[in-house]
Amino acid sequence: MFGNNTLTEFIFGRLSWQAIPYHEPILVVTFAVVALGGLALLGLITKYRLWGYLWTEWFTSVDHKKIGIMYVVLALVMLLRGFADAIMMRIQQAIAFNGSEGYLNPHHYDQIFSAHGVIMIFFMAMPFVTGLMNYIVPLQIGARDVSFPFLNNFSFWMTTAGAIIIMLSLFVGEFARTGWLAYPPLSGADYSPGVGVDYYIWGLQVAGVGTTLSGINLIATIVKMRAPGMTFMKMPVFTWTSLCTNVLIVATFPILTATLALLTLDRYVGTNFFTNDLGGNPMMYVNLIWIWGHPEVYILILPAFGIFSEVVATFCGKRLFGYASMVYATCVIMILSYIVWLHHFFTMGSGASVNAFFGITTMIISIPTGAKMFNWLFTMYRGRIRYEVPMLWTIGFMVTFVIGGMTGVMLAVPPADFVLHNSLFLIAHFHNVIIGGVVFGLLAGVNYWYPKAFGYRLDPFWGKMSFWFWLIGFYVAFMPLYVLGLMGITRRVSQFEDQSLQIWFVIAAFGAFLIALGIAAFIIQLVVSFLRRDQLRDTTGDPWDGRTLEWSTSSPPPDYNFAFTPVVHDHDSWYDMKRRGYERPLAGFKPIHMPKNTGTGLILAAISVAFAFGMIWYMWWLAALSFVAMLAVAIGHTFNYSRDFHIPAETVTATEDARSQLLAERT
Amino acid sequence: MASTLQAQETDKPEFYLTEDHHPEGSTMLGFWLYLMSDCLIFAVLFATHGVLGRSYAAGPSPADLFDLPLVAVNTAMLLLSSITYGFAMLQMERNAKAETLFWLGVTGVFGAIFLGLELYEFNHLIHEGAGPTRSAFLSSFFTLVGTHGLHVTFGIIWLITLMVQVSMRGLIPENRRRLMCLSMFWHFLDVVWIGVFSFVYLIGVLG
Repeated sequence: MFGNNTLTEFIFGRLSWQAIPYHEPILVVTFAVVALGGLALLGLITKYRLWGYLWTEWFTSVDHKKIGIMYVVLALVMLLRGFADAIMMRIQQAIAFNGSEGYLNPHHYDQIFSAHGVIMIFFMAMPFVTGLMNYIVPLQIGARDVSFPFLNNFSFWMTTAGAIIIMLSLFVGEFARTGWLAYPPLSGADYSPGVGVDYYIWGLQVAGVGTTLSGINLIATIVKMRAPGMTFMKMPVFTWTSLCTNVLIVATFPILTATLALLTLDRYVGTNFFTNDLGGNPMMYVNLIWIWGHPEVYILILPAFGIFSEVVATFCGKRLFGYASMVYATCVIMILSYIVWLHHFFTMGSGASVNAFFGITTMIISIPTGAKMFNWLFTMYRGRIRYEVPMLWTIGFMVTFVIGGMTGVMLAVPPADFVLHNSLFLIAHFHNVIIGGVVFGLLAGVNYWYPKAFGYRLDPFWGKMSFWFWLIGFYVAFMPLYVLGLMGITRRVSQFEDQSLQIWFVIAAFGAFLIALGIAAFIIQLVVSFLRRDQLRDTTGDPWDGRTLEWSTSSPPPDYNFAFTPVVHDHDSWYDMKRRGYERPLAGFKPIHMPKNTGTGLILAAISVAFAFGMIWYMWWLAALSFVAMLAVAIGHTFNYSRDFHIPAETVTATEDARSQLLAERT
Repeated sequence: MASTLQAQETDKPEFYLTEDHHPEGSTMLGFWLYLMSDCLIFAVLFATHGVLGRSYAAGPSPADLFDLPLVAVNTAMLLLSSITYGFAMLQMERNAKAETLFWLGVTGVFGAIFLGLELYEFNHLIHEGAGPTRSAFLSSFFTLVGTHGLHVTFGIIWLITLMVQVSMRGLIPENRRRLMCLSMFWHFLDVVWIGVFSFVYLIGVLG
């Protein structure tokens, strides 16, 4: 029935040996390293018989704490991938002068900057933020889990599936060469006929399902599961910023999904949404993607603001200055983030009045942000500041972020933007706020909450090394880009003519090298802390003299978080409890109702990878089969009605007694 | 001052519940949030149609293509299915399993007729040379209406699943909750369709 060729084409679509980049030495070496590392990891897991443990205790777990940790692990792995891309770009730009092509051809270089942006935003910052919210929010509001624990596990695996799809593009086929937002018509079928943009689309669509569902889950959790007495204005600030972030996620990710779906139709079906002919309108894509894209940066920064607020209050031993104004500022930022998207393309030419509107709304955002900055400063004012590692990150953030914010206001002035648009000045600006704001915040958060999650502190020496390398590295890497941007150098260029620019790129590459040391110091910090865990052990559950409910339980918290549901009287509720002589309940424990583990989330996500792979390579049978399989597994899951169990009262008593003993040994 | 401080120090309120804490169920709120996120997908498609709806690319316009009586029948089918879903919910409140199943079945039939008519319309348009690739207007038309149709398809699959589950286990709380969610989903699709009918078909034909 089929000729030999048509049969191969039916089975493999457009996948052939040519898709394997064995002629690219860099990729071959990368593949060898990844393959060897992966095999070694799998071998070790098998040797120590950890598969069963990983499956039952982690992969199928619906415990928000374990899911949170898995999100952060995913984020750290992807940080390494995204940073490898970054340092490759820095080296290329530092040497590609004087007619030298550098060591990356444009075809490869374009994939690298696209992958760097996609990975850092979607698969490093997003899972990192989601992971911390997942871990901390239920503890801060005195809940035993999130509203929909199975959905939480499913969301995590969908995010991971998206990351796997993006990583696959490294070794099978290629990645998009379009920049991280894949503007058409460049990303359309005519100009990007290969699989690169399809990897981009399906990776983001699969991960987007997970992100949207986890947003819904956390909103429902924060609205419905708060401990008695915790009114909205008594919620910890991190929970508040998480709420606003998740509102933004639910209100924007569907826009991304729809926009990418329209691009998919253009590429697969031949519709004319974003084409140049037959009535299409490419600028509509740019508008739609930034209606998602601008709130996205606030999705990332708001939780970081929350972390800094918690850290400042704790390490200054004071109530947060201006709690109410902090909450209102967060909500105002949340709303304003929706009406500024056009500042990303003032050069579209929508006219002076439209540009003026979006320029002004953009500048207005700096008001609530400035209010927050002053709140943190006033909290520190006359506080008893402890310069622990999280506090150092916070101070580093305050200085760095203000600089980034001010260059942002410069870019918000439309006439200035016409000069600076798509220049390295813009690159320097957004790295200034994303590294100085989001990454510093996440690292402050990791240092702050690590003892809660693992029961021992992170080593402060290596934490400080990491901080200083990151901080200095950031300035050395990005200040030259401001200079280059003002000189008119545009982004995404792989080779240069003008010899006089080289020194700036060399300095920037040196800065990237310092950041690499910062990342290395962070990894060393994790290892050293693990080795020294007995000296760094915290048995109190409250190593920093904390103020919010997560510090009232043991470190790490038991599966059920709280043996008895706390009652809240103040927004610094744990501080309030300590001050007014709270005594830990020692008896009268009851069985606790908990959700059961399930592997359905992982199975569905694995099938999604197969589905995406089939769509990317035009293996239609695989796509159809996986789609049916996904439906079948999802429907099958709904026939399982026994989804919960009770932790018996004896187990709770035993767990709580063990903690009492630990607390007693300490004194 | 000192005395008030003293009073605060000795004032020891309750810091934990000794009884089980039962937070209100989150399912309805969660599902509502999902619907709102879905609504945004439709919002994007409506906005796209708003921008591209007149980009005929020298091809056919709505007045040339749309058969309003057919669309009116189609709309009636979907609106009727919402009413019958309402009947099913009333029967569920009365705890009448057989009647609930009956009305769910009727709802499914109306939904299927709606889908059949829509497929007939699509088929007809494509055979006339007015497929989704002809112009940006037709791209946005097929995508908006087709996305709604896909939602109805999933609604019907979900409906059949729930009918099986209700007949297996009866109107237990889990199944009631699921029927409530599908009810919200079904009525939501109705509301979206009213938007499609008004903005795409009626205003489209008015030109």
